[in-house]
Amino acid sequence: MNPPEPVRISRRDALQWVVAAGAALGAAPGVGFAAETGARTAKPYGTDPVLNKTYRPGDLWPLTFAAAQRRTAVALCDLILPADEKSPSASAVGVPDFVDEWISAPYPIQRADRTVVLEGLAWLDGESQRRFSRDFAALDAAQQSAIADDICHKPRAKAGLEKAADFFALFRNLTTTGFYTTPVGMKDIGFVGNLPQVKFAGPPKAVLEKLGLA
Amino acid sequence: MPLLLERKTQPQYDVIVVGSGAGGGQTAYVLAQAGVKVLVLETGRNYEPTKETPMFQTPGQAPLRAARTPDKHFGFHDATVDGGWTVPGEPYTVRQSNDPSGKFRIASDWLVAEAKQEWMWWRPRMLGGRTNHWGRIALRMGKHDFKPRSRDGLGIDWPFDYEALAPYYDKVESLIGVWGSNQTPELENTPNSSPGVLLPPPKPRGYELLVQKHAKTLGIPVVPSHMAIKSGHPNYAQVAERLHPGDPKAQEIFVADARQRAPCFWSTPCGRGCSIRANYQSTTVHLPPALATGNLDIITDAHVREVSVDDRGRATGVHYVDKKTRKDMHVKARVVVLAASGCESARILLNSRTPRFPNGVANSSGKVGRYLMDTVGADVIGQIPALEGLPAWNDEGAGTALHLYAPWWQYGEQLAGKLGFARGYHIEISGGRQMPAHGVTRWMTDLNGGAYGKKLKDDARRYFGSTIHLAGRGEMIPNDDSFCEIDPDVKDDWGVPVLRFKFRFSDHETRQAAHMHRTFREIIEAMGGRVISKLATDGTKAINPGGSVIHEVGTTCIGSDPRNSVLNPWCQAWDVPNLFVTDGGPFVSNADKNPTLSIMALAWRSADHMLAEMKRGNL
Repeated sequence: MNPPEPVRISRRDALQWVVAAGAALGAAPGVGFAAETGARTAKPYGTDPVLNKTYRPGDLWPLTFAAAQRRTAVALCDLILPADEKSPSASAVGVPDFVDEWISAPYPIQRADRTVVLEGLAWLDGESQRRFSRDFAALDAAQQSAIADDICHKPRAKAGLEKAADFFALFRNLTTTGFYTTPVGMKDIGFVGNLPQVKFAGPPKAVLEKLGLA
Repeated sequence: MPLLLERKTQPQYDVIVVGSGAGGGQTAYVLAQAGVKVLVLETGRNYEPTKETPMFQTPGQAPLRAARTPDKHFGFHDATVDGGWTVPGEPYTVRQSNDPSGKFRIASDWLVAEAKQEWMWWRPRMLGGRTNHWGRIALRMGKHDFKPRSRDGLGIDWPFDYEALAPYYDKVESLIGVWGSNQTPELENTPNSSPGVLLPPPKPRGYELLVQKHAKTLGIPVVPSHMAIKSGHPNYAQVAERLHPGDPKAQEIFVADARQRAPCFWSTPCGRGCSIRANYQSTTVHLPPALATGNLDIITDAHVREVSVDDRGRATGVHYVDKKTRKDMHVKARVVVLAASGCESARILLNSRTPRFPNGVANSSGKVGRYLMDTVGADVIGQIPALEGLPAWNDEGAGTALHLYAPWWQYGEQLAGKLGFARGYHIEISGGRQMPAHGVTRWMTDLNGGAYGKKLKDDARRYFGSTIHLAGRGEMIPNDDSFCEIDPDVKDDWGVPVLRFKFRFSDHETRQAAHMHRTFREIIEAMGGRVISKLATDGTKAINPGGSVIHEVGTTCIGSDPRNSVLNPWCQAWDVPNLFVTDGGPFVSNADKNPTLSIMALAWRSADHMLAEMKRGNL
């Protein structure tokens, strides 16, 4: 059995957007510059990396976010996964660093995502300015949600905001991936495991009863 | 692992084994235990699972949360070194399904879901080969599987029947440790092992029990899997006697090493390999006791390019490129065994051209490279409301290994011609509460309307563990249009001509894949769930690309007639009696039984024949 291939349905859409965004947003030289440098100097980790050690964002390739981009990314991470009674917010467990690591990586998927994320963050601040005259990170929760509600689900996205919806979907996936692969996130989602045991006990009685298997 | 690091070989060996995976490891183990001087050549680097395996590492500790990249095609922690669908410096060529010109190009696809290649070829470059990362599914071929042509008129019969291999299945299962259960009555074409051979299977996981319950209503049996994972300590003395009857020294070496292998501790994915040596890897099960005999040398980074033959047409040894020095080396032996993997062994034979063997050594039949097969694969993912909102519990089990599976259940209907395709498949079940990885909540978006915020967190808690993944793995019938040959234009970085591939599935395979999708939908709906992956009624859309299941077999076919087979029933070349092939190459059918266990059983049987022939003075 081979591990299931991750479903990457939105890949082609995202790539198309990269092309479109490149043409449409030529007037954002700062973003374009950032989009080029980090990834160009980054080196892949190669086909034989050391596996049994811990890597942190920035260990393998330089990160990208400038202060303003990072502020917007933090705000969006925390809108997607805010703190609640059970667990902290995404930014409290380093998710923005992971997003930065992702978009700074020297691989084709990540390079395509890099453009989507950087252009998307710029779009988000532009849209915030247009609607509320402030950057996204400075908006209150209701204002942030007003924008997010328009782009959080592509099938319902407002006309003209389909590409922003693709950005949101990508960013949400990166945020949840980053969060639920931390010890805090694993506990929150209800994963119990990665621990040696003498015996595999199977599901407890309460679960078997709920499943109608007791 | 103590190797021949100074790279000085003996002037002459009894046997050279090319390759250190399932076939090579098994061959080397049997021969070294019998006192034969063996040299194993491995094209990859040395690899030490006890030191290198990332046990308990989380995706959060890896770059990019361990996502697949062009450097690590199965994700960061997968036990594959310097390889995958592409190997640096070692290309192969294929045609693209979207290129009508039919031109051969250097293979570059690395994401199966987006592959356009007609064929994909997975290779690692490490000691132990693919046994380090494989799925550990250890199924016996059954009596139909050895005689497919006699049964339904299609494909090719093996030159012997199940009974000839059964004792070797018992031996291999005893040596490597396989959990499973015998069924009463025995299921059709799904052989039981001899009493006392199998280790006890673990309890099923929650989602597995639920699939079992509902599949039963559709007439699909779901039973304990057979996995090459040590689930407990066997009676070592009994096992040793079964493996090496009347040979106390071999028994002692086996027992001393086997006791060092810890039983499974029900955690961490098997695809990373196993530092406690609970699962079978050639590097943790075959090679350590073989080295302990003192009869085995291993050279890694040794890229074999051809078999050398003398004027009489006998193999004298092999030429290899020492990847460390780039020098061409030659080593000699009385017997040469190729176990470089299906395709790679064919490549070596085809590249060994002499005036006596203008089409390659052992190729007077013209069959080297022919009858390339993979396993038919198709997958469906379902979301099961009954699995939502359950209290958290440890349902990890043996890493990502199956505890239950469904063997093929429609032999009768199929033989009666009611299904529209000739061969069966089994179902591999995964899902549930596995360690969160990249994309863990992505599938929820369609279910919750793109939720974010507090609702997304609540949904993640509710839906986590509520998906199941059903993978069909079925038999492919060999055909004349699927083969490998030497590409006349392309050489690898070591100057060795590479393979190019032609491959196609027939209607038997694509209809089978469509049947998988239909059946999996039925199972998921019987469970009250819904399919969340793409369903296809067109089998050509349902089927995974050729090679993507990584069960490539064939290309050095076994047979009873030298005119239409490469090897005799002992995996011995008809044309060159001191040349053997003991990997997946000899297969003439590729049953829905993942091939690794059969490769090992075949290799052991072949090695026994070698020993007998050496004793008789014939080799």
